[in-house]
Amino acid sequence: MAGIGTSGLILEEGLIFEKGSSGRVGYSLPPLDVPQKGIDTLIPPSLQRMDLEGLPEVSEVEVVRHFVRLSQWNYSIASGPYPLGSCTMKYNPRVNERVARLPGFSQIHPLQPEELSQGALFLMYELERYLAEISGLDRVTLQPAAGAQGELTGMMMIRAYHTAQGNPRRIVLVPDSAHGTNPSSSALSGYQVQALPSNDRGLIDPAQVRKLMNDKVAAIMITNPNTLGLFEEEICRICEIVHSHGGLVYGDGANLNAILGITRPGDMGFDVLHLNLHKTFSTPHGGGGPGAGPVAVRAILAPFLPIPVVNKEGDRLRLNYDLPRSIGKVRAFHANFAVLVRAYAYILSLGAAGLKRIGQMATLNANYLRRQVESSFHIPFNRLCKHEFVATDERQQDKGVKTLDIAKRLMDKGFHPPTIYFPLIVPGALMIEPTESESKESLDQFISALKEIAEEAERDPSQVTSAPHLTKVSRLDEVRAAREPILRWKG
Amino acid sequence: MRFIPHTPEDIAAMLKAIGLPDLEALFADIPAELRLQRELNLPAATSEPELISHLQGMSQKNGHSLDYGLFLGAGAYHHFVPPVVEEIISREEFYTAYTPYQAELSQGTLQATFEYQTLMCQLTAMEVANASMYDGASAVAEAALMASRILQRKKILASSALHPDYLAVLRTYLKDLGVELENIPWLDSEGTTSIREAEELLDRDVAALILQSPNFFGCLEEGSQFADMAHAHGALLIAAVVEPTSLGILKPPGEWGADIVAGEGQSFGNPLNFGGPYLGFFATREKFVRQMPGRLVGRTVDLQGRPGFVLALATREQHIRREKATSNICTNEALCALAATVHLCLLGPQGLRELALLNLNKAHYAKEKIAGLSGFRLPFSAPIYNEFVVRMPEPVEEINRRLRERGIIGGLDLGRFFPEMSDCCLFCVTEMNSREEMDRLLESLGEITRGGN
Repeated sequence: MAGIGTSGLILEEGLIFEKGSSGRVGYSLPPLDVPQKGIDTLIPPSLQRMDLEGLPEVSEVEVVRHFVRLSQWNYSIASGPYPLGSCTMKYNPRVNERVARLPGFSQIHPLQPEELSQGALFLMYELERYLAEISGLDRVTLQPAAGAQGELTGMMMIRAYHTAQGNPRRIVLVPDSAHGTNPSSSALSGYQVQALPSNDRGLIDPAQVRKLMNDKVAAIMITNPNTLGLFEEEICRICEIVHSHGGLVYGDGANLNAILGITRPGDMGFDVLHLNLHKTFSTPHGGGGPGAGPVAVRAILAPFLPIPVVNKEGDRLRLNYDLPRSIGKVRAFHANFAVLVRAYAYILSLGAAGLKRIGQMATLNANYLRRQVESSFHIPFNRLCKHEFVATDERQQDKGVKTLDIAKRLMDKGFHPPTIYFPLIVPGALMIEPTESESKESLDQFISALKEIAEEAERDPSQVTSAPHLTKVSRLDEVRAAREPILRWKG
Repeated sequence: MRFIPHTPEDIAAMLKAIGLPDLEALFADIPAELRLQRELNLPAATSEPELISHLQGMSQKNGHSLDYGLFLGAGAYHHFVPPVVEEIISREEFYTAYTPYQAELSQGTLQATFEYQTLMCQLTAMEVANASMYDGASAVAEAALMASRILQRKKILASSALHPDYLAVLRTYLKDLGVELENIPWLDSEGTTSIREAEELLDRDVAALILQSPNFFGCLEEGSQFADMAHAHGALLIAAVVEPTSLGILKPPGEWGADIVAGEGQSFGNPLNFGGPYLGFFATREKFVRQMPGRLVGRTVDLQGRPGFVLALATREQHIRREKATSNICTNEALCALAATVHLCLLGPQGLRELALLNLNKAHYAKEKIAGLSGFRLPFSAPIYNEFVVRMPEPVEEINRRLRERGIIGGLDLGRFFPEMSDCCLFCVTEMNSREEMDRLLESLGEITRGGN
């Protein structure tokens, strides 16, 4: 069998709440070195807690074993390829982890005096400049904690801009191939969403934009390359049309990886762009977060940036809160700073030439994969792609094999499946983004696994439809989880 | 480049397989005028040893809690992070994994998140908790939006003793949605939120009352009274918990009658990190679960009937519901939630209580000693946990500057948020401040204000 999957060493492990024993402890705290006072003399009994029932009572050894066992049930980018489309699961350099944990970065308080934070502020200042250069825009806020918060921040700035022009406008155009966060972020910033249908080439049609564009439309949100992995070839015309009606162009930077150093959203006409540091800039996903979603903007939007912004005055770096037209704050403190440190280290590790190489190799890998699997799987927009491409289950369906089955069967072969059933405009989508991290051999193994599944679908479809067979658990009953949700342990 | 495995031979073979002459041809779909004709204006590549030494140099320009006595809190707390926490979250299987959409390959993250949700429920005495939010401030803002959605009411009442940055984030999140924000003043002598004024401001348009306890000034609020009052007007009570170690000894918001508890979990297992990443937590009543923002992990069974975990009730979320989703949140703070989970498991009920009592006793020691210094006063009379406000004989800014020269990072200058309070300082004391360090603070404060230097 192709692939690297094996049943492995998987140990059973119950919930931490079912372990341990009354009186067992896993902590070590400093002794009380001041006179002890009775709690009742300090806090009225009506405000006191009477019990902490349910918390586990376990030793340090039990805690370590518990979480190590759980960790062994996870697939990760450290274990193998993770070709999730639009997620850019690239290798997370270990040096980034090392530098982010330096005490001068990890042990500093966000409200400590600026004089004692010059190193941190310098890093933020430099990173802002780097991201502005990469995106081709003028200013950057590093505050947003993730891509979706970046979108919200960007859309709020767009709204503030239009409001300052006299009218916030009502509508945001969002292509039907967009990430779900786009319409959701638009709604949260008070806009109505109007869907923009893609044309038969999987792209935005400038004629459609011209038809829908008027002075009620505040902005269009565009992901370029889009979620089919295709470059919006008419992007300049689209931006011109939007601008000619006074609208702004928002860029979802989730798919920036393939165009790093090759072309820049600012040069295409984008006014705002969020970047996902946990995608393009190699910071780890952490099983769902933390990320960071800085937002780059054209100078006309700079007055609306969230506060504070980092300014340089002579040799000193200052946090400037004096932006009267700012949208305000989107989080309590400056940024997901430890994520910024990692992204900054990544940019320095690669330099300008290295970043361009990333874009090239990510594109090379995606196109190589596409051409190698096109004989086995239907690829609806089968032409030159950027970071990813979308295949479907069309050829397997007559055997009763669906996208979900193909995804699950890939697990048996030792691979994480691609993103499935997205974008919504492609029925049964398998959205595949290999990133630059995968070697040719690793891609060849993945290709063999996919081809083998296509053959299995012909020969013995039940092997595919009943997958996965080698994982710790088989398919889970999601309907039951929705109908009778059990969202916590109860003693 | 060590992150890129491709050799020239690999590249040639792959291009051939694709049917393209060179790498440039991979970008033929990008209009020529858009292709960058120069290199990005960025530094040249840095080797690994150079990078480490460069960043070490930068980090050393920051004064940190290992070199300074730190008495700052105000939403970011200096607590001990056990090595076990660091080790577990440094396991590649956890930190380099993606969101657990493919459950069969993600049972580790899913079970750990289920345990986290349970711990948050236990801590707050609520019925259901989500998998995490960005930080405490955005969690509180999302709670306000959720309350407005549930009741279809367009006004939020927030205590003025809510962390000013939380209030600022709340304003940002509400302003574009036509939800009005009104503030309830605090009582000048107690430092707690005025119940009388809250009562006056409550009407049938109010979706929720937001109360933080311990509040921004460190003072404990009478949560139950506010909850009862909000409920009497058909409104919800949102409890903001910014320093959750306090819940080791303080009555949890679920017992006050809170409908939503939103707060900051950084205190558990997450270092200060200059402000992030932190851990927004979010808990509520079961009846509101389908209105919650964020991911939820649920327990179910597989085809063989074995127990397992999946992302549950995802139809609330943006990737399915798009513009009608309960929130736009996608990426959250999963690894920070894991850190909190491991820390809470290590602490257990006994450790959490002991930790809270350490904070309580040490803060009271410092508070009483500072109050005994000539010219220093305690403006607020309400009970506190590990933070307290001191009115100083000289501007806080000046005193803090001189403390810095003595290796101490003083409390927060409240003039930063409230111009009329530029002589007020918010101190925080945790288990990390030894008595010796506190005595050094006291001695320095005495010397500085006696005209010494």
